Amino acid sequence: MKTKKEISHIIEVKNLVKKYKKAKTNAVDDISFYVDEGSFFSLLGPNGAGKTTAISILTTILSKTEGVVTIAGFDVEKHPEKVRQEIGVIFQNPSLDLNLTAEENIRFHASLYNLYAFMPTYSLMPSEYKKRVTKLAKVVGLEKDINKPVKTLSGGMKRKLEIIRSLMHQPKVLFLDEPTTGLDPVSRQNLWKYLQDIRKKEDITIFLTTHYLEEAENSDFICIIDQGKITTKGTPVEIKESLIKKYITIDSKDRTKLTNELTSYKIKFEGVGPFKILINTQSTGQEIIQKIKTPLTFLDIHSPSLEDAYVEIITKNAQS
Amino acid sequence: MHNLNAIITIAFRDVSKLFRDRPRILASLIFPVIFIGVLGTSLQSNLGDNLGFNFLVFVFIGVIAQTLFQSTASGIISLVEDRQNDFAQEMFIAPISRYSILLGKILGETLISMVQIVGVLVFGFIMGIPLDIPALIRLIPFVFAVSFFGGAFGVMVMSSLSNQRAANQIFPFILFPQFFLAGVFNPISNLPLPILIASRLSPMTYAVDLLRSVYYLGNPEYSKTVLFNPLINLSVVLGAGLVFLVIGTFLFVKNERNR
Repeated sequence: MKTKKEISHIIEVKNLVKKYKKAKTNAVDDISFYVDEGSFFSLLGPNGAGKTTAISILTTILSKTEGVVTIAGFDVEKHPEKVRQEIGVIFQNPSLDLNLTAEENIRFHASLYNLYAFMPTYSLMPSEYKKRVTKLAKVVGLEKDINKPVKTLSGGMKRKLEIIRSLMHQPKVLFLDEPTTGLDPVSRQNLWKYLQDIRKKEDITIFLTTHYLEEAENSDFICIIDQGKITTKGTPVEIKESLIKKYITIDSKDRTKLTNELTSYKIKFEGVGPFKILINTQSTGQEIIQKIKTPLTFLDIHSPSLEDAYVEIITKNAQS
Repeated sequence: MHNLNAIITIAFRDVSKLFRDRPRILASLIFPVIFIGVLGTSLQSNLGDNLGFNFLVFVFIGVIAQTLFQSTASGIISLVEDRQNDFAQEMFIAPISRYSILLGKILGETLISMVQIVGVLVFGFIMGIPLDIPALIRLIPFVFAVSFFGGAFGVMVMSSLSNQRAANQIFPFILFPQFFLAGVFNPISNLPLPILIASRLSPMTYAVDLLRSVYYLGNPEYSKTVLFNPLINLSVVLGAGLVFLVIGTFLFVKNERNR
């Protein structure tokens, strides 16, 4: 029997360590985290941080060195086949068979997962299968190209096809390992629109690794991994708040008057013009602006992005 | 049932790929045509009379065994290519046993080798080789055993090759000498000791001799063309095949996950 806690944590990772053969250091070095069921979780980190290693262990294709990993209540090492039934994976490199058509790739997958008995042609497949393919193809906008050979599809279409394929067996968790690498901005945006749509319709947990920080902005929870270790955890808002200093930048034609005024209010500032004033610690941006009487020629409120936070974390880690 | 469905699916994928790859079908017929058409006929014309048996038939049956063995073994090596193109990942995250993946692959490559054998047979008939039809029909169950053996041998070799480049470079060296050691187109009853040992250690020897021992059974040429009793050959083919498959799969899975 699964306890309530186990069901709410669809993924649990405890003290996971992976040391590759002949490697001197651990690729993944004692990481722990959990993912809530139905949430959108992102694992961020620079190249070689250990993201793909972690996702490979979670998806049962790589063995761990130490630690415990459970997916949907099943231990990845003890019950890999049960774990595989519960997950869908979109790999960093497309894993499609280029010699087959889009639909054949899906049919091949559906039979490997034993959803339907294998039939040599689409027309012989049961109507449930056809309905599911049509439904998913519609969601991602691939219904016209479903019978085309995979070689003729664009990078974005191939990714969409992989999404359809990975959802055929109605997995509880969808792993996406840098799914938009190599896609142009329009295809990337499109793909995310479809993924969000699917997430709602299929009620699925998303586990994402990515380089594109704006893709992780909508996550419910983020872990940042660097040199095999988790350096930061939290919601995107928490990560930004805890790390990035918000500030306003102001300037005036009469800089002397402005600096005198700031000094008289005991507002600390940096620079010789434009002047950078840190907020949070002193007062809100609005309070500061309200006080200033000197006419301003420039005003900018810096609102940090997740990318700013990420860069700061990784840079700090590299320095230490 | 689950794994059976997976085996059929994987096998069908291979076969449908073959029919979309015409150059591969043609390429697979080149070797048999050269061996039978050029090597076989020239040896038959020059040496045939002294042998006491029809040399072309001897080569023909040998080439059938060699084609089955080689085609299935090289087909299995394509799993290395799949792994490189990351297609294997799709199979390896499916909830099926690793044995199913490899058995499906062997079945697929066996079916492909059957397509090639049809080509070889047609060529043999066109050349007017005096083939014994009932004896050929008798071979049917045994050609599957030979293909399975080639597949299992392929799994064993593949499990220790890390990438496509290594596979392409090393595999011919493991396969090519076996053509001669197994006596595909050269009688091997009398050999110097070192070659004799190598010949008897070569898996293809038993594949070739199995088909010949079944084909020539009850034929006066049997004693001159066959090395071992069909039962001995069959036991080696099935027994060693099973051992190759089990060890090969074990190593393959271990190397896949324990990187």
